Amino acid sequence: MGIKVQQPGMLTTVQDAGRQGWRRYGVGQAGALDAFSYAVGNLLVGNPAGAAGLEMTLSGATLAFEAAARIAITGAEIDAATGDMQLPGWRPIDLPAGSVVKFGPCRRGVRAYLCVSGGLIVPRVLGSASTDLRGGFGGMRGRMLAAGDVLPIGEGFAAQIAEPQVPGWWIDAAPDIDFHRSTVIRVLPGADLCAGQSALFDSSWRIAPASNRQAVRLEGPALSAADQGERISEPVAPGTIQLPPDGQPIVLLADAQTVGGYPRIGHAISADLPRLAQLRPGESVHFVACDPEQARTLQREQRARLARIGYAIAQRMR
Amino acid sequence: MTASTVIEALGDFGLLVRLGDTIDLDINRRVHGLATRLEATAPEWIADIVPAYASVAVLIDPDALDSPVSQDSAALEQAERWLREALSADALTEDDAASLSACEIPVCYGGEFGPDLQSLAEQTGLSIDQVIAKHSAAEYRVGLIGFAPGFPYLLGMDPALALPRLATPRTRVPAGSVAIGGAQTGIYPRESPGGWRLIGRTPVSLFDANRQPPARLRPGQRVRFVPVGEEAFEQLRRRPGSGA
Repeated sequence: MGIKVQQPGMLTTVQDAGRQGWRRYGVGQAGALDAFSYAVGNLLVGNPAGAAGLEMTLSGATLAFEAAARIAITGAEIDAATGDMQLPGWRPIDLPAGSVVKFGPCRRGVRAYLCVSGGLIVPRVLGSASTDLRGGFGGMRGRMLAAGDVLPIGEGFAAQIAEPQVPGWWIDAAPDIDFHRSTVIRVLPGADLCAGQSALFDSSWRIAPASNRQAVRLEGPALSAADQGERISEPVAPGTIQLPPDGQPIVLLADAQTVGGYPRIGHAISADLPRLAQLRPGESVHFVACDPEQARTLQREQRARLARIGYAIAQRMR
Repeated sequence: MTASTVIEALGDFGLLVRLGDTIDLDINRRVHGLATRLEATAPEWIADIVPAYASVAVLIDPDALDSPVSQDSAALEQAERWLREALSADALTEDDAASLSACEIPVCYGGEFGPDLQSLAEQTGLSIDQVIAKHSAAEYRVGLIGFAPGFPYLLGMDPALALPRLATPRTRVPAGSVAIGGAQTGIYPRESPGGWRLIGRTPVSLFDANRQPPARLRPGQRVRFVPVGEEAFEQLRRRPGSGA
């Protein structure tokens, strides 16, 4: 029993928490870019962490559920409806067999996550169900979803219901995901950041339209590196902020290449990558310097919030 | 560990060891020796070890730390001590990959497989036969694998063959294309856009995510190119296990 894709949306891919351990072969992490929202989605439907779900970008899919299913919609604020009923986010929703859910545009944020009780069943490749678009493997055959795809679902929700069930409670994802506040991203200053580059922290940056799963591209004052030339390639990681010759910083995300030769002026902290991934083209962002201890504390605190959310959900669902 | 070795942060859960800032065979050998030692002694909360030309990154998995409050900073400190220990053994170990026999990669040079071979010969002042001879005579080392899954950057190319990338990259480079970009040679594992000069094609697969390990070549491994004709190319391409 599965989910039939009637219409795939702009860029919908199967993702989980990503793969680790293969960067020496040029294989990056992939996985849900807003790992926080994806994790809450799995908690809401009672899945183990790491169960595969869908990441929908900017405009979502139309999906037909062959069997009854428990789903959750997290991440971006996305239009979602089954029949006449609007489906809200951040709570478990039970759907009867045969439900068709139509996802529309993301009103706020960029990436919406659909988690389904039982998880999406796709072959695990290099330890993960995530889609590696550059490599053409993982997820749904290494590509974005297409009309006609069928996504098998694991054993999960089995209740017989006649109508969609939508609870009156939801999970508040603030401060980790909060579309009502302007976005500040904490950054560890990089070795190549020099005195003339305080503009990284002093300026407001706009998200460029060319941003994608590989990187957020920024528009703003042209920064110059102390040593402008390209260096030999060194390993990079999601969050690395590169400065190419045009002086417009690039923040690498989970689908970025594993090595790079541009100067690196900083590194966005791991706790802020989910928020970064929800910035829409045209939106503004500020960067604030942070030290490594603070960065790790913020990561720990985020993990603790996730654990508390899991506990709160478990209490509700008893 | 020499005076020029640097350990710096790579994000909040990574470290980068820099042994140099040039593409140099000796430094690259040391990089792969270091990576081998690190792989042999890595704590289970190390998520990845990534060698490059003259540097190695190690990434920590915070979820794998058994975590009371200060554990992750302790992990970073422990990781740094582990790196320094491995560095201090620098001169002693020959890396794993170097002790493997050289991987032989069959290549069919020129024709439809090497559309840039002629112009490269002209621009380097060599005959086509000389280009093929020089390219296939060398023993290369995989300097790093990156930019795409399984894409090997090979060190040791005869400098007479060096030529900058194409001014206008191709939108489609066929899978298996053997190419020259600057002072290096490499192989495109999968069809993709690309700006390197295509001199031939290999029928064997460089990367298959369902193979163990997924890449045919390992960082630091020795590589030789073996010229083959079109018929042999076809036979090799169809052979099971070629991965094509």
